[in-house]
Amino acid sequence: MEGFITVGIVQTALELGMIYGLVALSLFISFKILNICDLSTDGCYTLGCAVSAIVTLAGHPILAIFAAIAAGVLSGFVTAILQTKFGVESILAGIIVNTGLYSINLAVMGFKSNVAVFGTDTLFSLVKGLIPGAFWAEWYKLITVTVIVLIACFLIWWFLGTRLGLSIRATGDSPAMVRASSINTGFTIVVGMCVANAFTGLAGALTAQYDKSVDITRGTGMVTVALASVIIGSIFYNKGNMLKKIIFVVIGSCIYRFIVSLALRLNVPTEFFKLVSALIVAVAIAAPSAKKMLKLKGQKRKARKNRLALANGIGEEDSTAANEKED
Amino acid sequence: MLKIRKISKTFNPGTVNEKKAITNLNLTVQDGDFITIVGSNGAGKSTLFNAISGSFFVDEGSIDLDDEDITFVPEHKRSQYIGRLFQDPLMGTAPNMTIEENLSVAYLRASRNKIIFSRVSRKERELFREKLALLGMGLEDRMKNPVGLLSGGQRQALTLLMATLVTPKILLLDEHTAALDPATADKVLELTKSIVKENNLTCLMVTHNMHQALELGNRTLMMDKGNIVLDVRDQERSGMTVDDLLENFAKVSGKNLDNDRILLSGNE
Repeated sequence: MEGFITVGIVQTALELGMIYGLVALSLFISFKILNICDLSTDGCYTLGCAVSAIVTLAGHPILAIFAAIAAGVLSGFVTAILQTKFGVESILAGIIVNTGLYSINLAVMGFKSNVAVFGTDTLFSLVKGLIPGAFWAEWYKLITVTVIVLIACFLIWWFLGTRLGLSIRATGDSPAMVRASSINTGFTIVVGMCVANAFTGLAGALTAQYDKSVDITRGTGMVTVALASVIIGSIFYNKGNMLKKIIFVVIGSCIYRFIVSLALRLNVPTEFFKLVSALIVAVAIAAPSAKKMLKLKGQKRKARKNRLALANGIGEEDSTAANEKED
Repeated sequence: MLKIRKISKTFNPGTVNEKKAITNLNLTVQDGDFITIVGSNGAGKSTLFNAISGSFFVDEGSIDLDDEDITFVPEHKRSQYIGRLFQDPLMGTAPNMTIEENLSVAYLRASRNKIIFSRVSRKERELFREKLALLGMGLEDRMKNPVGLLSGGQRQALTLLMATLVTPKILLLDEHTAALDPATADKVLELTKSIVKENNLTCLMVTHNMHQALELGNRTLMMDKGNIVLDVRDQERSGMTVDDLLENFAKVSGKNLDNDRILLSGNE
């Protein structure tokens, strides 16, 4: 068992956990705060990857990140406008945008199904060059993504505390109250979705430069993975302080990555990862209902037992009383 | 002054479920009026409120508020000057947000000119505290608690505060005490009275309690089949008993009032 969990595994899990944590943060805003299930996440994430890869290949790795964020915002804007202005069901709006994005992503990648980012600087190679030394060479990736994610967490927390952020939170929490407070829910949903998808785009941008390659299927199942992260995070912390809630979303994402690495160590074939994440989401969402069902079952059994005991008891008493009378 | 001219609203027109909720209704509300509204189920009381607050646009007619035509002004814009409370105490507040955050959202009506990225200031927080203290429920010490932890009565009192935090031109109360237990309902009603009086609010209140209808305010409307069938005010009203009101209703509408809750509360 020695060396079952190596430093390398922990490091990779943390790095990936942080990057995917950004997608989880995006889902946290759309799913938890706005109460909208945004199924365009898969496509939007790949869009972020593709834009980032192409702009990085053109020699602008930093610009690539902002370009990917802008692309994410645009994608979120389209999804939101479909819902708010044109009355498309939120889930359907996400699916429509996701489908459309497939072609757009291919177009961005020059109609190739994968693009390799080689022979050019990336954000990570730039950061690596900043400080010499073995320690930095070992940890620069993790430190970079951690700093970016922490800044993202702080920005989201700050944003949700502003007047606009509060309106967005109220939109998901109590639409009737929001309308009574002279807030245009159409506007808050659009802004919220744009902000959420900005983080999906950012995650894609980092992934492309981290992997140094993009595949058109890179984002498949991302929405489920991110939801799993959000749910895992909320198991550990689900009330009170907003900043803690946000940070636990990222922690949830890291925990998910650890589960995946453990599965890898146990030689679970990679093909099954999507199934594992689907199971985690299904189980986590179904858990409360299952708990209720089990409780009701126990209650019923107890009631039946009591009634039986009562019936037996009365029966016995009656019969003994009758016997005594006869005597 | 609220001026409603000949408004009509039909739901599901052209289908088997067609329902003429309001037909040709006229109503003028003077500033400072406190009007109570009674009527049987389906008489159009809530539809009237929805029309005023802009939940939907009316099919015909016009609505003016202070000489401004608001017939086609969307709901969220009207809510800048129209406050509203529903029967369901859960509707007016956001359960997962704290008391302070709820009040901040309500206060947005007053801070439209402020930058949307600004945060709630200490001065505003102080104002919220002061206002909460007036409710006498100890909520001023629980401002960081999520509203979901409050009781129905507390939530309704908070909603009342939120609706009047920025003085509205009109306050609409749609049976806002009906879902509360009697003691809490009294408390919320007392609060309503004092807040309305203090701010000299123009107020429309739907109630099923006939005593309340005659006791509160200065004018009582009775609705039936989407229109106002009885409109009594001031002196004419002050001499009225619940029986007079019921009799009058039977006379003008040609039937007895069929709302169980009204009859029950009428016989109290």
